[in-house]
Amino acid sequence: MSLAPPVKPIAPEIASATAPMVGERPWLVVWTLCKRELVRFFRQRNRVVGAIGQPIIFWLLFGAGLGPSFRMPQTVPAAGDNTVPGADAAASVISYSEYFFPGTLSLILLFTAIFTTISIIEDRREGFLQSVLVAPISRWSMVLGKLLGGSLIALVQGMIFFLLGLTLGLHYSPTMVLAVAGFSFLCSFTLTALGFLIAWRMDSTQGFHAVMSVFLMPMWLLSGAFFPGEGWLRWVMMVNPMTYMTAGLRHLLYLNVENGAAMLPPHLPSLPLCLIVTSLLAAGLFALAVRMSAARTTGDLL
Amino acid sequence: MTTPAAVEIAQVTHRYGTRTALDGVEFTVASGEIFALLGPNGGGKTTLFRLLSTLIPLQAGAIRLLGFDVARDTHAARRSMGVVFQAPSLDKKLTVTENLIHQGHLYGLSGHALRERVDEMLARLRLSDRRDDRVETLSGGLRRRVELAKGMLHEPRVLVLDEPSTGLDPGARSDLWEYLRLIRKEQGVTILLTTHLLEEAEKADRLAILDRGKLVALDTPDNLRATVGGDTLSLESDEPEALVAGIRERFGWEARRFDDVVRLEQPEGHRLVAQLVEAFPGRIKAITLGKPTLEDVFIARTGHRFLSAEPAPVATTKKRRHAG
Repeated sequence: MSLAPPVKPIAPEIASATAPMVGERPWLVVWTLCKRELVRFFRQRNRVVGAIGQPIIFWLLFGAGLGPSFRMPQTVPAAGDNTVPGADAAASVISYSEYFFPGTLSLILLFTAIFTTISIIEDRREGFLQSVLVAPISRWSMVLGKLLGGSLIALVQGMIFFLLGLTLGLHYSPTMVLAVAGFSFLCSFTLTALGFLIAWRMDSTQGFHAVMSVFLMPMWLLSGAFFPGEGWLRWVMMVNPMTYMTAGLRHLLYLNVENGAAMLPPHLPSLPLCLIVTSLLAAGLFALAVRMSAARTTGDLL
Repeated sequence: MTTPAAVEIAQVTHRYGTRTALDGVEFTVASGEIFALLGPNGGGKTTLFRLLSTLIPLQAGAIRLLGFDVARDTHAARRSMGVVFQAPSLDKKLTVTENLIHQGHLYGLSGHALRERVDEMLARLRLSDRRDDRVETLSGGLRRRVELAKGMLHEPRVLVLDEPSTGLDPGARSDLWEYLRLIRKEQGVTILLTTHLLEEAEKADRLAILDRGKLVALDTPDNLRATVGGDTLSLESDEPEALVAGIRERFGWEARRFDDVVRLEQPEGHRLVAQLVEAFPGRIKAITLGKPTLEDVFIARTGHRFLSAEPAPVATTKKRRHAG
């Protein structure tokens, strides 16, 4: 919609003196909604702990519990890892903690993105959303502000966890850190947009938790985060969009590592494919979210 | 100089499923007026408020704000009005100032001009000493003042309020009215508010009464009361039906029965008290003489009492959030 024409003043002398009738400034709207999201999140410390604490606990416990029995499938049987001593090359190349590391990162991004979009339901119930809905703003700026806020929170949480990779002896180079951060942000944005679509029409947070359990958690489990897929599972994973997020992160962790391909499980989607799929998904989900929020219905009220 | 009406409601009809919430409602609010939309719960005033504030789209009819059609010039209409919701619309985790800055940004204000405007609003609504407190720590009355500051921040020409007195103590209510009269006087702001309180509607310049989705009255409070005419007599009786029949038979007056109360409007009511009591010995337990109120207007127009007007059985299909 084009910018609003200046309001016809009823009493021109009063209106011109006191009413600052300015045009719409969508980026100001994006900025203020995004900032609000961050301020709110960091004022509710239990959320900060919840979204990052659980995945870290998962990572430590599963790493310790499954580590001894984990055996990475051979990438290429004839790879002949002559740089690594020992007969069972793959098993010694990568521990379960390391295998699970990018998966935990994607779980943190998922959790945080989802938790921040649950706030849409709260905004609606607590009434805050109604004053945003009647403001003279474009819906895309409202959606973008919300999504950027959620994505930045997820990014911060993800990067905190990312530092724990130092304990694994991952090779941190500036380009690798930037690449992981950039791709994590893209993933966060995609997941926040997904959360937005789920939350927009929902009237209770319980409903959201149900979706989380039956849809989002399995989606994460089957993204190659937890185990590399074999047989029919592999086909399920290939159509699971989250596979490309976890795989992308996994690729980027070994960005500058010589023979990094040896650290990757077989049949992992290639990095360009991961980038393309995630980017397309981000754009598509964002467009859907804008479209959905632009349709005014009585459901806006609750 | 002819000024456009501040608010024009033309043939607005709205349905929730099969229930008709608004049925051909039509009226205009002049610039600078304080206008009350009075009606019992379920009467349709909240629906009208939501249509006006652009929260829900119009189904039929037209609404214009300062000449801007809410359906076509939605942005311009939104920009020209301030909205104060019945349910709180503040972010409780943010401070008072943060809430107002946020609101300013949504309306395209920023920087120094916005800060000055926020300071001005805080001072005006006597909130300056609480400006850095989080909204969750404020009382209901203070929160409503922040809501007002929020609604008026971008200096709208029209302010619409949904049940603004809900949950306010008498002191806070009179503060609210003082503020509304002030902005009307100083800035010529047009004010449209909904209420289910008769005494609040009395304070408006003009009012419209909505009952079951229809406009049943539209005028100044004084003119409306004058239409009822004379005085109002309320008679309490154990046999109200018989009493209504008796009054009709004996005096030829039209009386109405509401539960065990019989009401009639007649000029010079004080003279009739003795006549009535003598005519029906022992059948009148109590008799009350009064000037007509807006409730009498409501009864005269709808045939039922104001408070008992709500049980519309399908009203449950309408989603309403409860305050708090």
